[in-house]
Amino acid sequence: MESVKLKGGSASLDKVFKIGVTIAAMYVLVVVVLIAVQLGSGSYQIWAKEGISFLTGSDWNAVHGRESFGAAPYIAGTFVTAGLAMLIGLPVSIGIAMFLSELAPKFLRTALSFVVELLAAVPSVIYGLWGLFILRDYLRNWIEAPISSTLGNNVWFLSGTPFGLDVFTASIVLAIMIIPTIASISREIMIAVPNSQREAAYMLGATKWEVFKMAVIPYSKSGLVGASILGLGRAVGETMAVTMLIGNATGPSAFPSSLFSPGQTMSSIIANEFAEASQGTLHMAALIGIGLILFVIALSINVVAQLLVSKVVKAHEGAIIA
Amino acid sequence: MITVEQRAEFRKHFRDNISSRLITDKIVKGVVLGCVVLAIVPLASILFEVTKNGAPVLSIDFLTQIPGAVGSSDVGGIGPAIQGTLLLIGMSSLIGIPVGVLSGIFLSEYGNNRLGQTIRFFNDVLAEFPTIVIGLFAFMVIVVTFGYFSIMAGTFALSIIMLPIITRTTEESLKLVPVTYREAGYALGINRMTIIFRILLSSAKSGLITGVMLSVARIGGETAPLIFTILGSSDFFAGFAQPMDALPLRIWRLSFLPYDSSIAQGWGAALVLILIVLSLNIGIRYLFLRRRGGGRFRIVAGG
Repeated sequence: MESVKLKGGSASLDKVFKIGVTIAAMYVLVVVVLIAVQLGSGSYQIWAKEGISFLTGSDWNAVHGRESFGAAPYIAGTFVTAGLAMLIGLPVSIGIAMFLSELAPKFLRTALSFVVELLAAVPSVIYGLWGLFILRDYLRNWIEAPISSTLGNNVWFLSGTPFGLDVFTASIVLAIMIIPTIASISREIMIAVPNSQREAAYMLGATKWEVFKMAVIPYSKSGLVGASILGLGRAVGETMAVTMLIGNATGPSAFPSSLFSPGQTMSSIIANEFAEASQGTLHMAALIGIGLILFVIALSINVVAQLLVSKVVKAHEGAIIA
Repeated sequence: MITVEQRAEFRKHFRDNISSRLITDKIVKGVVLGCVVLAIVPLASILFEVTKNGAPVLSIDFLTQIPGAVGSSDVGGIGPAIQGTLLLIGMSSLIGIPVGVLSGIFLSEYGNNRLGQTIRFFNDVLAEFPTIVIGLFAFMVIVVTFGYFSIMAGTFALSIIMLPIITRTTEESLKLVPVTYREAGYALGINRMTIIFRILLSSAKSGLITGVMLSVARIGGETAPLIFTILGSSDFFAGFAQPMDALPLRIWRLSFLPYDSSIAQGWGAALVLILIVLSLNIGIRYLFLRRRGGGRFRIVAGG
């Protein structure tokens, strides 16, 4: 009798426990949904006033009675800086991943993976500080000034007076910041390529590079695309370093027309102008509206990336078990 | 019939082919090595500059005093910022660790279904989310609702940021516990909850600690969400409903001031912050990760 009762008691306790952990796990879903709801309701004012021209317009005027807001320059700024960062960071990251998975001797492999992970662990604000006081001078004196004085007047995207706080500097630092993300995930994906693939290529007499080109890359393509998109997601959402380096232009002049002119990204304008916007004003609604656009972009980028990466990693884990 | 001339031609062709391919291979290896150097140089430069510029300002006063008036000769210290960062880490952990561990338990023990897949997916998405958006969210939910900037709002934001990391590491370390441990528990007639808490969690302890340390290292460096939540302050902790300072926030504000003494202080604060974050990372690496080679436990600093 007693044992039956005990069993019943613990079974219902287990049920309560299961409900408890399910609620804890649901919290993540609730947060993601609530973020969308809150950003939507907080920016309702600006969508009601500006409508679609909030996405396409470029005015930025917070003066009471003459308010007019458009987010286009900042959306463009985000994509230009993130795109440039990918252009620089992606090849370097793939190179590092190739070195770590194919070429490096074992002792270097561990040490270098650690270095790459440390690069990921440096807080964004310290990248910003370093960019502002160290890297900026080098870039301005050694790269921007010579390029500007030779080509500046003829090439539109190199015009402007190099000052060091511009789209170019921000993109370089962003590139450094996304390298660890892309490199470490790509390395995992390349390691997941079965050795039989490599051996088949070696058997045909391929060199290391040919093995990489013929066996590793085709096999890990979709995972590498996913890793790059995760890197892009990080570049799009990055705030502090960009805010400190991009020069913080507003209005139509914030369009990233030249590498050497100040710009602004979605996240940097939110960080910069937040202190000046009082609550309940259109200005605040505009900033939250930009947050909503950033949310939608980041969500789509991350969903695509997770789908691509998890597919590859899952297949790999399955292969190990089988 | 193959003549001698033809044979010589084949041989030459073969030699040219091999040598050009080997040259390409060498070039690629050189380029790849260059990529690695390109990644090491910034890291070395950051560590070098932060140490070089930060070390001279370090002192007991710098670590414990409140900041002096801007631009005055009395530069003061970063005491409130250090206190704020420690408080924020502690308070966020109070929310983030229990919820994260419980939801990791769900994913590992009950998550083999559609709900589990959905939660796992959104957990991974949230882990890579721009933290500035999470900051805005905390601003809307806590600051706007209560009407003041406070350390509570910062805690809320940071706990959301640490949650996915803890959930993921908990799930993965629970999955590493051999199924025989579970079966031994069932054979003893212990209920599932006790099995999870007494057997699984204690076997997965090192993984759990790794997750906690990773998430702490990550939120310690977060700046963007703090702008909207704790606002910044020059005073020590004065209540949960008051604005507060934190190291990354202080570094950001100091970097904009046009005084050499402020910038020197910014470097000093950066040195303190980097020491905290990197020592956590190196600690994790040497305490726990070596055994299993790392896997998916990876830290990414936030915005």
